Order: sequence, then structure tokens, then C-alpha cells
Amino acid sequence: MLHKLFMYEALREAIDEEMARDKRVFVLGEDVGHYGGSYKVTKQLHTKYGDLRVLDTPIAENSFTGMAIGAAMTGLKPVVEGMNLSFLLLAFNQISNNAGMLHYTSGGNWSIPLVIRGPGGIGKQLSAEHSQRIEAYFQAVPGLKIVACSTPYNAKGLLKAAIRDNNPVLFLEHVLLYNLKQEIPKQEYVLPLDKAQVVREGSDVTIITYSRMLHHVMQAVKQLVAQGMNPEVIDLISLKPIDLETLVTSVSKTHKAIIVEECMQTGGIAAEVMAQIYSHAFDELDAPIRRLSSKDVPTPYNGYLEQACLVQPTQIVEAVKTLMST
Amino acid sequence: MYHSKSYLKNVRVLLTRAVQDSVRIAYRAAFRAQVEKHHGRRIGNAYQQGCSGSYAAVGQQARCCSSGTERPVSWFSPGGEVHFPGAVAAPYTHKLVVEEAAKLLPIPAFRLLNNNGELVDGVDSKSVEEKVSGAVLRKIYDCMVALNVMDSILFSAQRQGRISFYLTSFCEEAAVVASAAALDNHDEVFAQYREQGVLLWRGYTYDDFCQQCCSTRKEPARGHQMPVHYGRKDMHFHTISSTLATQIPHAVGAAYALKLDGKGIAACYFGEGAASEGDFHAAMNFASTLDCPVLFICRNNGYAISTPATEQFRGDGIARRACGYGMDAIRCDGNDALAVYVATNYARDRIVATSRPMLLELLTYRGGHHSTSDDSSQYRSLEEIDYFMRYADPIARLGRFLNVSPAEEQAMRKRERTLVLDALSSAEQEEKEPPLDMFLDVYSSMPPHLIRQRESLRLSLERIEQAKANRASTSPK
Repeated sequence: MLHKLFMYEALREAIDEEMARDKRVFVLGEDVGHYGGSYKVTKQLHTKYGDLRVLDTPIAENSFTGMAIGAAMTGLKPVVEGMNLSFLLLAFNQISNNAGMLHYTSGGNWSIPLVIRGPGGIGKQLSAEHSQRIEAYFQAVPGLKIVACSTPYNAKGLLKAAIRDNNPVLFLEHVLLYNLKQEIPKQEYVLPLDKAQVVREGSDVTIITYSRMLHHVMQAVKQLVAQGMNPEVIDLISLKPIDLETLVTSVSKTHKAIIVEECMQTGGIAAEVMAQIYSHAFDELDAPIRRLSSKDVPTPYNGYLEQACLVQPTQIVEAVKTLMST
Repeated sequence: MYHSKSYLKNVRVLLTRAVQDSVRIAYRAAFRAQVEKHHGRRIGNAYQQGCSGSYAAVGQQARCCSSGTERPVSWFSPGGEVHFPGAVAAPYTHKLVVEEAAKLLPIPAFRLLNNNGELVDGVDSKSVEEKVSGAVLRKIYDCMVALNVMDSILFSAQRQGRISFYLTSFCEEAAVVASAAALDNHDEVFAQYREQGVLLWRGYTYDDFCQQCCSTRKEPARGHQMPVHYGRKDMHFHTISSTLATQIPHAVGAAYALKLDGKGIAACYFGEGAASEGDFHAAMNFASTLDCPVLFICRNNGYAISTPATEQFRGDGIARRACGYGMDAIRCDGNDALAVYVATNYARDRIVATSRPMLLELLTYRGGHHSTSDDSSQYRSLEEIDYFMRYADPIARLGRFLNVSPAEEQAMRKRERTLVLDALSSAEQEEKEPPLDMFLDVYSSMPPHLIRQRESLRLSLERIEQAKANRASTSPK
């Protein structure tokens, strides 16, 4: 049985099912209760579970994240909503020094089963402070898992897995994907958090991407296929830790790789993926790995500049063709 | 009809209180309905204890939510005066009122014993015995002495290079031990770093302390965390973080979890220095707005490392701030163990009954350096330290009250000293965690990238060992 849902509905269904399944799961953040969350992900959950389990807090990102950590250490499974993940930089200390490390500094005596989720990425003219790609900043924090969903189907299955996980998980939803619609199973399903997904099998080149850029890549792939090429597409899903096995298997088959990301180039996810493939599959490569990233500038507000800052499908087509000709 | 000014003022005050109470009652009723819904049972009338009875009739008229999802809207009064949602109880006045901070009288500090260890005027021994038994007080005293002895030895051990770091509780023994004694041993404690007395009270042994300070494999975190950053799950004492004040929102979250479970409270220790952090302010506000059963215990010891209290804040200490968050507070002489015990006990009972947070400010003095990385003679005089140690020593004060003779105290110190030294020697002999185990506990199970890094380190260490062995075998005899 299938039903067609927007991504925000798929996410809501995931939280709803997990709250019904486990009384310890609760949602907290700004405007998650009566307002239903800025992107409707928690809409109406408060009527079903009450204000105590769908908790509106005062605005202080570092402190509501800290509160969630304390609750997690005392038996609950909090799901924190960041109204915009960019603002969670205000919670950097609680996420990095505490959520990421308390399991370690306590010698494994306290677990922090915590999900921090919300909209990230570059939206439509939201400017620099609303367009941070926080995965780049947080990937260095030990103890954190970072997961990025890209479709309603994986959004639901991954969020459920993240809530069940016993570690702190930073769960990235893309601000421009909430209204993406897809038919997904009505029956319960959970997806593995740590596995990359081969979205399209191919043989000529491996295109590695995640989150919204998957959709840019798939547009480019249509053109590449029309021109007789057969690329393999991998959705990373897990940005930390990276599923190296799937990447190496693919590169061993295609011998060429290109990474497409929304991160800024310096210190982005692609930088890490490149380094890992070079370290573990250098002999399999027939050409240097290419990466297409956003420009190293704060995301500009002006729509033309903003689009120019981002990787576009035509640039992906061009880069893949160049790589194939080497 | 003519009314005198004072009559009108009284009416205004009464109306203001009625509005305040109706809002408070409505919120509490709504909150209670939700907790009851959550637990599927009634939880009594404790939540109304904070409301004054004479205005109850007004409160009952306020709309409150029965479903637990509708918020009370009691500031609408059609046809009446408009009250803005940000301060519904504010009366109107044609006078330009400046609320002068300097005119607020300092909050008095609760004290039962004077510096000579005698009950202060107006307190009789019978009323004290009703609140705390002599046996408990003696146990508190013994624990304070033990803490003082252990601190002296471990401080010296750091100076001798036997451990890398230490923090003492000198002159703050009563604040920490007597408050711990008044808590339930199952209350979740979130501490800053100068609260080893809580652990000592809860049964953490000298062995435990020394193993942690020597970062051996026998301590709970197996040397993953620096000395004095203790944590012990079965004692409900959460692992300490170095970043200041981060434990305060943790305590609020833990209290929230305890509230949903309907058991116990969280207790959160911090210094007045940490109360400058943003996390302190936000956590206080969270606890108050979200009705979390948490006791904030501020050790106001006068110094944030080198910065004296006079340069940290301009208000009346920390207790006054609680009122700004709509939270009740108690200020207490933190070097009077008896007063600390009674105040903590009272605050705890009240938190359990009301599910409202409280702040307990313990006025004390940091007798030692901030830590072994500090030299406080750079910023305060020896005379100052001597003054407090002479006139505000919490151990001497309680000892006099309990009639402990100097000979008895000395014998006790000698005995404890031997025990601590033995524990330290044995901890120094204990093995450390082997390097390859550093990868444990980063995650609940080890992910592939850490398995790869561990294997790489294993090979590297093997090569180093092999090279050493080669050098040894080829070196001239």
C-alpha cells in the first residue's frame, strides 16, 4: 500500500509513529507546538501527544539543545527542531562539547540519544545567515552522526532510524525539499543510517552527492544518458561517518568520480570524501577526482548571484563530460 | 464618592494581585491537567500552594484548558482595561516610575549558627532537632573534615607532580556537603567542578577519587576525562564538562524528564562566576517557564578565578535574579552547615510539592586557589584569606556546635590522611587504559572509520615496538 506525501508530511509521520511507539520520544524547540513548526513538520502533534511531549521552549538555541541533552541523559529521547539549522551555530557548544563528547568523557556511562533536525542548505533568497551548510562545520565533531535525507521516502525511514539510534544525530532536511511529493509505503519501514544509497547504477563514472544536489544531479544525468553515457549516482545519506565501502565499490567499477555538493569548497563534505577515496582507492582511479561545490563566499541575497554561487545541472553535465574525455 | 488615596492604592494592589493570581492559577491548572493526563492519574493540589487562598474565587473564573492543548486566555477582559500580554498584571499610573535597583534592600542570608558555633538569637535547640538529627549533623561534620583532608593531600600531590590538576573546596565544605546531605541520594546532580563533597557524601571512596585523578583504567571514564571531572551514574552524579555553565540547561532537561516520570528533582551546582554565562540565564528562564523541578545551588564564593564579585555583577548577588525569572529564591550563609542543610531541605520539599524550580544562593568564600593552575596571591591578599579562614571556617563552626574536641578532630584528620595517602599510592600503581581502547565509547558501537584508524594505530605501535626491540638487540653490549 502506498500513499503520496510531501516530504514534510513524511517527516511528521516518522515522528508521529515514533512518539506512538515509544513514550520516551518527545519534540522540543521554538514554535513546534501550537504553531506546528516553521515547515509544518510537527503540525497537530501537540493535539495528539499534549504540550508536555511537544514542547515549545523560549528562544535560546544553546540552552534548549542543552536541555535536550540533560533529558536524554535522564531517560528521554528528545527530537530537537532547529527552526533553521543555520541558527544552531548558536548551539555549537552544546552540540560539540556536550552532545558529541559526554558519552566518551563519561566512559560510556551516559548515552545521548538525541536527534537535532531542521531545514538546512541554500533556499530561495534567504541570504547568508539562513543558508549555512552546517554539516561542514559539524563534521569534525567526534561522537556525532550526520545524516542528510533527499526524498520523502528516505526522509521518513531515516528519521525513524535516527530517533531509535543511541547516539546524537544531526538530521539535515533541505529547505527546498519540504514540498517534494512521492509515493511511499503506508507500512512501517526503517532505513539504515550509515549506508550510502546507489540511486542509479551505471558503469562510466561515479557521481557522489547528497540532499538537494541529488535532484540537480538527476537532471544532469537525464542529459548525460541522452548523450549515450551511463553514470552511477550515489546519495551519501550518511555524511558522518561516510560509507566508504559503497564509494570504493563503485569507483572500483567506474574508475572515475565526481562529487557534487552544496557546501562551500573549502572544508566541505567533498573535501573529506575526496581524501578518503584517494587514501583507499587511489589505484582504482583513471583520472583525478573532480568536485563541484558552492563558491567560498557567504551566500548572496540577490537571486542571480545566489544561483551563480550554487552548482547548476548544466555545470554538472559539462564537468562529467570533461572528466569522461580524460 | 470620595476615596482616600491609600484606599485607592489598596484597591489597585488587590486587583493587581487578583489578576496575577488568576493567570498563575490558570496556568497551573492547565499544567496539572497535562501532567495528570500524561500519568493517567491525579496528582493532588500541590500546584495551588503557591496561590494565595483569598483570591481563589477570582482564579476559578479564569478559563483553563481541560484538554491540555488549549492555552488559558485570561488577559482578555472585554469592556474592561486593556492589559498587554507581556505583563498582564501591570497596573497603569500617571507617574513616570523608575524602578530603582539601588533601592531594593539586600536579601537577608538565612543563618542558624554564629561564627562561634552557637545558635543565633531566636532559635532554640528543640526546633533545630526537629529539622535535623544530631547524628546527621555529625555525619556532615565528618564528611567535611574528610573532604578537607583529601583536598589538602591531592592539592599537594599536584604540586609534587603526582597528578596533573586539582581543585579544592577549602572554606566551602559546608556549602557542598550540607546541601548534598539534604538532597535525596537519587536526585540527579549536575555539578560544576568544585563539588567533590557531593560525591564523598554519596559514598564515592578515596580510592575512587584517586583512581580518577590518576586517570587509571579503574575509574568510570578510564582516563577519558581530566582530573576532578568526576561522573558516576549509580550515584546520579553527571560527568562534569569543563565548559562553564553547560550543566545548567542539562539539569533543566533532566528535571523535565523526572517530572514526566513523576519522581525526584535535579540539583544543579554552579558558582557565581558561571552565572554570567548565557546558559545560566536561559536555563533559569526555561526552568521557570516550563515548570521544571530543579534546585539551582549557587556557590557564591566571591571570585571567578581572579575576577572578584564586585567586577562580575552590580545587582544583589545571584538570588535576586531568580525573581526576575518568576522563581523563588533563598539566600543562605553557606558556611553555616546547619542553615545550609535546613534551607536545602526546605527548598527540596517545596520543589517536590510545587514542581517549580528554586534558586538557593550560598554565600561563601573560596579559601583555595581557583585551581592548581592559579596563584591567587596575584590578585588577593593573604590577610583577606586569613580573615575568612579565621572567622568563617565552616568546619570549626560546626565542630564547636557539636562539641568536637580539638584532640578528636586531630585524631580524625590523622586517620583520614593515612587512608587518602594509601589510596593515592595504590592509584599511582594502577594501569592506564591501553592506547587502542581510546576508540571505545566515541559512539555506542564502533563505526568503520574508527575501526580503520584503530588498526592503523595498532600497526604503527607494533612497528615502533619492533624498532625498539631491534635497536636493543643490535646495540653494543
